[in-house]
Amino acid sequence: MSNCCFTSCWFLLCAAGESVNVYSTSTEEFVHDLQGHTDLVTGVVLNPSNHLQVYSCSADGTVRLWDFMDGILIKTFIIGYPIYSIYVSEKHGGVVFVVVPMANYKSSELFQLVAVHLPRSGDQEVEARELSAVLCDVSPHPGAVSFGREGEYIAATKGLQLEVFFFKKQKSYRFSLKSGMKKGVKNAFTCVSCHPKEDCIATGHADGKIRLWRNFNQKKEYTYTTLHWHHGAVNTLCFTPEGTNLLSGGIESVLVHWHYTQENQKDFLPRLGAAITHIAVSPDGSLFCTSHSDNKITIIQSCVKVSAIIQGLVKGDGVWTDLIIDPRSKALVLNGKPGHLQFYSLHRDKQLYNLDIVQQEYINEEGLDQFEVVKAAFDARGDWLATVEERRKKGAELEINLKLWAYDKLTQSFVLNTTVTAPHEDRITGMFFSPSPETTMLVTTSLDDHFKAWLLADHSDTKEGFWSCDFVGGYHLLKPGCCSYSADGSLLAVGFQEVVTVWSPASWELLTTLSQPPGAIRDLCFGRLSCSKYLLGTSTKNQLCCWNLLTCSLEWSTPMDVSLLQADPLSENMAAFCSQSGSSDLFVFKPSEPRPLYSQKALCTGKVQHAVFAPRDQMLESCEERTQWLNRSQLYFITQDMDLLTFSTKTEEDRLLASSKQLMVDDSVAVTPFYLLLGKHRRQQLEKQEALTNPMAERTQLPQGSIAIKELLHTPAHVLPSASFLCAMFVRSLLVSRSSAREEKAEEEMESEKEEEDSEGEADPRLGESAAWAPSEEFGAPALTKAQERELRKVKTFDHSWLSSLLDS
Amino acid sequence: MGEFKVHRVRFFDYMPTAIRAMAFNAHTEKLALGRMDGSVEIFNFADHYFQEKVIPGKDSRSIEALCWVGGRLFSAGLNGEITEYDLENLRPKYSLDAYGGPIWTITSNSQGAHLAIGCEDGTVKLFEVLEESIQFERNLDRQKGRIISLSWHPSGAQIAAGMMDMIRVFDVPTGHAVQRLLVDRGFGGSKSRETVVWSVVFLSDCTIISGDSAGKVQVWDGHTGTLVKTHLVTKWDVLALSVSKDESSVVVGTSEGTVIQFQFIAPTLQQQDKEWVRTRTFKNHTHDVRALAEIETAIVSGGMDTQLVVRPLLEKFDERSYASGLRKIHFPHRNLVSCAKKAGLLLFQFPGQLELWRLGESDGHGKPGDSLPLKRKPEKLLHLKRKGEDHICCSALSSCGGWLAYSTMSSVRLYRLQTDNNDISITKVPKLPKVLRSAHQLCFSSDSSKLFAASSQSSVLIIALSQSECKYVHTLKPKSGSRQPIHLMTNSVDGKWLATANSDCEIHVYNVQKLKLHCIVPVYGSCPSAIGIHPTTNNLINVHADQQIFEYSIVEKQYTDWSRKLQKQGLHNLWLDRDTPVTHVTFNPNNPEQILLHDMHMFCIIDQSLPLPDQKTQFYNQMTLRSLSGQERPSHLHAFKICKTFQDLLSVSLLDDQSLVMVERPLLSITSQLPAPVRQKKFAT
Repeated sequence: MSNCCFTSCWFLLCAAGESVNVYSTSTEEFVHDLQGHTDLVTGVVLNPSNHLQVYSCSADGTVRLWDFMDGILIKTFIIGYPIYSIYVSEKHGGVVFVVVPMANYKSSELFQLVAVHLPRSGDQEVEARELSAVLCDVSPHPGAVSFGREGEYIAATKGLQLEVFFFKKQKSYRFSLKSGMKKGVKNAFTCVSCHPKEDCIATGHADGKIRLWRNFNQKKEYTYTTLHWHHGAVNTLCFTPEGTNLLSGGIESVLVHWHYTQENQKDFLPRLGAAITHIAVSPDGSLFCTSHSDNKITIIQSCVKVSAIIQGLVKGDGVWTDLIIDPRSKALVLNGKPGHLQFYSLHRDKQLYNLDIVQQEYINEEGLDQFEVVKAAFDARGDWLATVEERRKKGAELEINLKLWAYDKLTQSFVLNTTVTAPHEDRITGMFFSPSPETTMLVTTSLDDHFKAWLLADHSDTKEGFWSCDFVGGYHLLKPGCCSYSADGSLLAVGFQEVVTVWSPASWELLTTLSQPPGAIRDLCFGRLSCSKYLLGTSTKNQLCCWNLLTCSLEWSTPMDVSLLQADPLSENMAAFCSQSGSSDLFVFKPSEPRPLYSQKALCTGKVQHAVFAPRDQMLESCEERTQWLNRSQLYFITQDMDLLTFSTKTEEDRLLASSKQLMVDDSVAVTPFYLLLGKHRRQQLEKQEALTNPMAERTQLPQGSIAIKELLHTPAHVLPSASFLCAMFVRSLLVSRSSAREEKAEEEMESEKEEEDSEGEADPRLGESAAWAPSEEFGAPALTKAQERELRKVKTFDHSWLSSLLDS
Repeated sequence: MGEFKVHRVRFFDYMPTAIRAMAFNAHTEKLALGRMDGSVEIFNFADHYFQEKVIPGKDSRSIEALCWVGGRLFSAGLNGEITEYDLENLRPKYSLDAYGGPIWTITSNSQGAHLAIGCEDGTVKLFEVLEESIQFERNLDRQKGRIISLSWHPSGAQIAAGMMDMIRVFDVPTGHAVQRLLVDRGFGGSKSRETVVWSVVFLSDCTIISGDSAGKVQVWDGHTGTLVKTHLVTKWDVLALSVSKDESSVVVGTSEGTVIQFQFIAPTLQQQDKEWVRTRTFKNHTHDVRALAEIETAIVSGGMDTQLVVRPLLEKFDERSYASGLRKIHFPHRNLVSCAKKAGLLLFQFPGQLELWRLGESDGHGKPGDSLPLKRKPEKLLHLKRKGEDHICCSALSSCGGWLAYSTMSSVRLYRLQTDNNDISITKVPKLPKVLRSAHQLCFSSDSSKLFAASSQSSVLIIALSQSECKYVHTLKPKSGSRQPIHLMTNSVDGKWLATANSDCEIHVYNVQKLKLHCIVPVYGSCPSAIGIHPTTNNLINVHADQQIFEYSIVEKQYTDWSRKLQKQGLHNLWLDRDTPVTHVTFNPNNPEQILLHDMHMFCIIDQSLPLPDQKTQFYNQMTLRSLSGQERPSHLHAFKICKTFQDLLSVSLLDDQSLVMVERPLLSITSQLPAPVRQKKFAT
């Protein structure tokens, strides 16, 4: 989520990967996406001459015009060069300004701003070859160029220079700042924004200053004001549409709201979670949105209130924990915000929540060593979560904390149970819960030559037990690298460099040692289900070994540089990722037979960092042999570039496509599946309320609502029956029989009850209604018997519409 | 460069006083600066910001405001008096009681015909400026509360007066108040405190701009008396305002030490209606900015932190040059230290007292750069308090250490000093000649037989000194008839020549034996900042404020060949770009080729035997020379040998035993003695 723009106060558009996502601002739901680009989408702007259309530009060298309400691609303009950003202005109709690499230096770092005259032709796909260079040597960063008041000039910043180009005079002015390198001042420009009504250019700088430039149509007499609040670089600047306020954001994750004429008055919206990378303001100025470095969009209402957060998978500094599936919510768990674990729903592609592990204030400052969550593990039922956080200060001792969290059913979240400070003397390399249902046991291995088993100690005097160390094991002072439990929890395999030791967790007896030199053991994995007698291990010296535990001998081994080994918990399958010559290959196999079920060469560039099998909700009935291994669970993996990828089958894709078509419903309001459910219901209720309070409204509404009239008017005349027949039907439609009305009402009530369950937290208008009725009842008849009361209630629930319809007719 | 034993003197606790008021005369380009102790300094901005004149202060006098009327300088202070200064004799010409209590401000109208003063009792008094004096004309309508600030409308028909909580606009012909502009109080706790309108300016389009103690700069419409715009600039006070000549810019000085510029700018380009917009902020001060002037190309500011800052406006310059650099003036451009070369004594001049110190002694030997152990610590021999209210304006110590003299505005005092080992006795010479009433400069001849005193109209009195009596000998008078005061005076070692320099840039050389004017050195356009007569060749070395160096042969009455060569080749740009003038010239008797110069930031030995540097040579080459081998070194040598080891130099002199005395006054220790600045929230504290 890099570049976002508001189209109206209803929709928020955001470039995400190769598509443009459309979000509803009121419900923060994803509406649909605009797909068609074949490379990264680099910019989205509203068509200034038609507010129902947007232009998007992409590195694939095209500018596309979309109807974003319906998600229809209107036109494609082929530019032919990768486009880095796009700018439009109302004054320059039919022209878009794009930043492309300099023609002669296609590969180099030089970029130019060109005006593209969009040809007027009816074709879907047009080549726009009429390019004219406006400014040379501009920055490809989208925030580095901005149109000035009414498009009269354009301001571009690069390095230490601000360039303003006046279209009318065809003249440009350049203003440079002193580098000031010797004083350690970094005053390079980072972003620019022009005041929409006055001739004032705001520029952000790397040292956190904001300069407001005025009188910039002169070479020397220009002047500027300096505002300084940010301590890090100013990432983005944006004027509100009326120019009364200036918004700025940076690494501090505080939205600063400067009053344009009262420069030292400023408001802050702090604690937005992560560095602000982009700010957009809705055309009416009522909504701001900030996009953050952690893949999040915050929608802010009238500058003071965060109204919605659109959170994707948090892209932190790195993923140190493995990818883990929460057994309860089936959510993917990994590092999220600094010091947090994020729970990410794979099925809904939405972040569920962040769990604060470190529980310390995060300081937004570069170069600080802070606690990071490095390991996390769930037990089989999802009742316990174990986390390890560590902080390594430069040249100082390592600080490690092991925390154990219990799931609290009441609050539906994890509650800290035990904190073990310094559980090991050195870094923890592996942590696993025992999968056996009887005991909850945790094993940690560490570089301090030991592995430790932790048990939940039961204490009668306290309600809840806490965790304590049960066993410390080691093997010849070798450093344990990895460990693995067998599926039933009866065996524990710990890899001590070249030696695999197999322990019985019940007695902590060393059962056997397996060794297969050369190379230290990198990964260990027990087979599942029918293959549970096998133990698989990978070593650093390109060996994949499979031991038979019954015979304690090596079953087979192949020379493979397996970087990651992952077992599917629901089948016998195992996935092995090999990195070869800069790209990764995937092999899926069963331990019992050393022949891969499925293999994919050159899966992605770089090494696969982590992978996990996520169990499916429903088993797929796929008959294709190639994809059978994906029937029970889906394989997710994360690459070096922090992209989360997965495998999907053909049938799934078809289904996705169908569902997206279903949702295309034209309405004036942002339509989301949620809205479809809730909005309709709400509208019905609104109408009903109106009908009750205002009979006049009911009267006018009724004829339109009647099916008979609809039928009458909408059926072509030549197929209509005779008028006498119709008349009778029409009259009957106006009469409302007592019994049917009652039934309808009952039905309606049932329906609304059902919907209520769906929509928690929605205020029920029906409740308010009855509450309003209750006092009048008492006033009217102070002494009513139970039976009378029931009668009265019946009258109340009785539909009065027939009365008004009579009046009408 | 030569090796010297150096006395690094840091016990001169010189403390400049805070700047209180400032007035710039755009016509003569001179800036008058009033300090807290009542002294007035005149800087010539046309001549490299050289401090031309200093009028010493007086205990009872305080300066709240300064004002130029043509070439005349007026001041007003809390003692209730208006003073006009005699800039030729460096003394107040007359003082006039305004009978309105303490005076907060004084301004003249643009025609220069009237002065307006604001008094504690709430009156604005108008004085007519006459040829020789000023005369009270009338009072404007008396107001309740004091008048803090005043500003004339350029037409002279109206005056805006800043008061407590309000600004009044007076109609000058009728004397009635026509507008009353109420100034809001500050927020929070300061709500109960009155707002002081510290400064106000009245522009020709009838806009009034005010700065007040609530930290606001407000723009008012003077016609209707309505507030146009409020800029909250600081949490503390806005103390000073100054408007540029073309009224397109206003600078504001605050208690936080910042100077903020406001500019009159059209919000949309190519449109006529303009508004005042806050633009740049300059932070060159640590304390209150009490005085401010926006001149053609720069903003001049001064305040509690005692330094005068000239901040050039870079958009007014086409290219980087000498004038476009930031300039800070910390020290006076004259000597406050006299050194008895034979006796090893130092005399420090303070406004209120004199201190006599004996330098420490050491018999250790060491490598260059080592600090030697002291055998005897430096010792303060004498602390001589001045008599009377007037501050000391000059002092002198004879080279044998036997005589000491100082002068105030009203009297000259001469003392006989006798030091036998550790005892020191001081006796005042009782009867001084009547003609010797005050002196601008004092100087003893090298054999201590004569005292030279610079008197009015550039004349020099010669007093013969002997054990028993002192006797007036002669008055040397220049032929030019200059009325300007002498600011530099030196005599030759052989006692034959006396050279004087005055503010008219004239240098006169007198023959002391014949008691007559010998010659006048050709007048150079820049004021001499240091002069010295060579002990052996009797050549006069004069260094000017624009950093030019001349050598003039007194005997031959013409510039020497070396001087001509230097002028022909031109001085190195790095030499010319230095921003403090050379304040002292001295010579090395053992090596007649060497001339010793210093300014605040460096100490320089000019070796006349070596080739002059041209523009391409590396000017500061001491480090390079050190790294070169013996054979290569001569080819890299040039005449200017500069040492920057010693900083913030007040004085450098060479004793007869070939040891250098470096009197340093680190700026840090000046700042540490200043009162605490206003509290400011600093990031991450």
